[in-house]
Amino acid sequence: MIEIKDLHKSYRTGATSLHVLKGINFSVQEGELVSIMGSSGSGKSTLLNILGMLDEADEGSYTLDGVPIKNLNERIAAKYRNKFLGFIFQSFNLINYKSALDNVALPLYYQGVSRNERMEKSYAYLEKVGLADWAKHLPNELSGGQKQRVAIARALASDPKVLLADEPTGALDTKTSYEVMDLIQGINDEGKTILIVTHEDDIAHMTKRIVNLKDGIILDDSRVQQVRAIENV
Amino acid sequence: MFSRDKWNEIIESLSANWFRTVMTSLGVLWGIFLLVILLAAGKGMQNGIMRGFSGMASNSMFMWTQTTSKSYKGMPKGRRYNFKIGDVQAIKDNVNGLRFVSPRNQLGGFGGNNNVIRGLKSGAFNVYGDYPEIIQQQPMDVTSGRFLNYNDIKEKRKVAIIGEGVKNSLYDYDESALGSYIKINGVNFQVIGTYRKKSGGGGNSEEDQKEIYVPFTSFSQAFNMGEIVGWMAITAKDDYSITNLKSEIFEVIKKRHDIHPEDDRAVGNFDLYQEFNKITGLFTALNAVAYFVGILVLLSGVIGISNIMLIVVKDRTSEIGVRRALGATPASIRGQILMESVVLTIASGMAGIILASLLLWSVNRFLDANNTSDMMFANPSVNVVVVIIALLVLVISGLLAGLIPAQNAIRIKPVDALSAE
Repeated sequence: MIEIKDLHKSYRTGATSLHVLKGINFSVQEGELVSIMGSSGSGKSTLLNILGMLDEADEGSYTLDGVPIKNLNERIAAKYRNKFLGFIFQSFNLINYKSALDNVALPLYYQGVSRNERMEKSYAYLEKVGLADWAKHLPNELSGGQKQRVAIARALASDPKVLLADEPTGALDTKTSYEVMDLIQGINDEGKTILIVTHEDDIAHMTKRIVNLKDGIILDDSRVQQVRAIENV
Repeated sequence: MFSRDKWNEIIESLSANWFRTVMTSLGVLWGIFLLVILLAAGKGMQNGIMRGFSGMASNSMFMWTQTTSKSYKGMPKGRRYNFKIGDVQAIKDNVNGLRFVSPRNQLGGFGGNNNVIRGLKSGAFNVYGDYPEIIQQQPMDVTSGRFLNYNDIKEKRKVAIIGEGVKNSLYDYDESALGSYIKINGVNFQVIGTYRKKSGGGGNSEEDQKEIYVPFTSFSQAFNMGEIVGWMAITAKDDYSITNLKSEIFEVIKKRHDIHPEDDRAVGNFDLYQEFNKITGLFTALNAVAYFVGILVLLSGVIGISNIMLIVVKDRTSEIGVRRALGATPASIRGQILMESVVLTIASGMAGIILASLLLWSVNRFLDANNTSDMMFANPSVNVVVVIIALLVLVISGLLAGLIPAQNAIRIKPVDALSAE
């Protein structure tokens, strides 16, 4: 599904250049649930941004579902993001003047799906994350866990190939974190490929594979015995 | 382009911070409001003053004699002379493009002695000896009886048309003036009609109603004017300008009265057309000022919108980042910011136009309800074309106002936008 070869990325700030990714080789098969771990500054967010086509690598190749991601202009990048990827952010990033339902519908809006179909699909995804009763509520009327569930429904709405989650539980308490992880595990069980960036050990162990990043290189990449989140709630 | 979804997006984001939206739109609202009101006020004044000119042959001039200022053919300067009745025909024969050449004589004058007597009542009025054409040069409504005609001229009938003001001072309230006699400087004239002059707005509308018109020929005979013509009212045809024909007329007069061809002071004149043009020019200037002020205020409103849109973009940096992560193309982001700016501009512009229309409507109602014929203000209004142009200007300025903010919005990289928490 994801194929990365010899990825380099450096940021230039004034005269100094910061080499963040120093040759990453990494691949993800369909249906995997991978966590990327590392301390801050290890380059895990940069890697996720490149995977999310929000940022571009300096060197190396990146293939997503057989499509080489290279020299994209913004228009095509937007199209690919919409088609291939679903994003889940630490701070949820819901649009605060739109209802939960409208937030979920947003990727479909950019896909050009008709209004009725959009609303129907979005409602189905809200139901899936257990928030059908909250469809008409604005984000600030929801709890943190509920917001993240809406964000997950939104990420799923366009039926992407890969879900990219950047510290999805970073702003949540442990109990809520586990509930969210349970949801994510459930989605993975249905066959969706999911990448999670986290620095929490317990969260990482709820995935099936942990990739350890340090100073821009992969330190360690190993499969783990998945801990079901539901057992810890 | 204007799908329901787009509208929803625009309205949602505009109403997300409605207080800011309203405050922003006030600038444009005020600008277009001022523009419409200023234009309408100018139009109202124009209507009011033009109403005074209505029917008046504005392509006219009045001409009288003065003393010569140059000696010529052995005659000294400072010589007095009079127009003669023959001059009228000579002018008609020698100058092309004239519609009316009306010789006039006058008795009495402003603040003169009592010169008209009827029974026990008397009064001081201007008495004019005139040809029938004068009614086309100085419009008046004949309120009873008739005006002068050529039979009166030919037969030198001693008949008179009197103003309503004259009737009021010489007759009782319910008395009919027609057929009665008045004595002008000791000569009896029969009253055949009354008139009311349209208000010229010139400030002497009271005096305008206190005039008496008698046939030119009878005037000459009754008051021993001989061949003398006091002054002339000359009107040019519509496709000629009296201002251009003036010098030709003066030449004819100068030749017939042995006046030095370069003597500019021998013939006095008042060029109504020139004055009329001055007033028209004044309104053009007034309109220009209205546009200037209105558009500048509008411009400051548009700059306000541009400013606010910049803040909006800044404010919504992370939202824009999210939208782009979810698949919004730069074009759709730019389109949204532009549309928001245009919608905001047009909505506030429309509100301004509606408010201005309401004000104009109530002013017009007030004017209609009151007698305002002496007011130099009538029916303030704006052209629909002007309103449409104003709306077009709004659309364009809305686009311009949104341009820089929209460009800013798409310059933000998604990754930066998302980390700008």
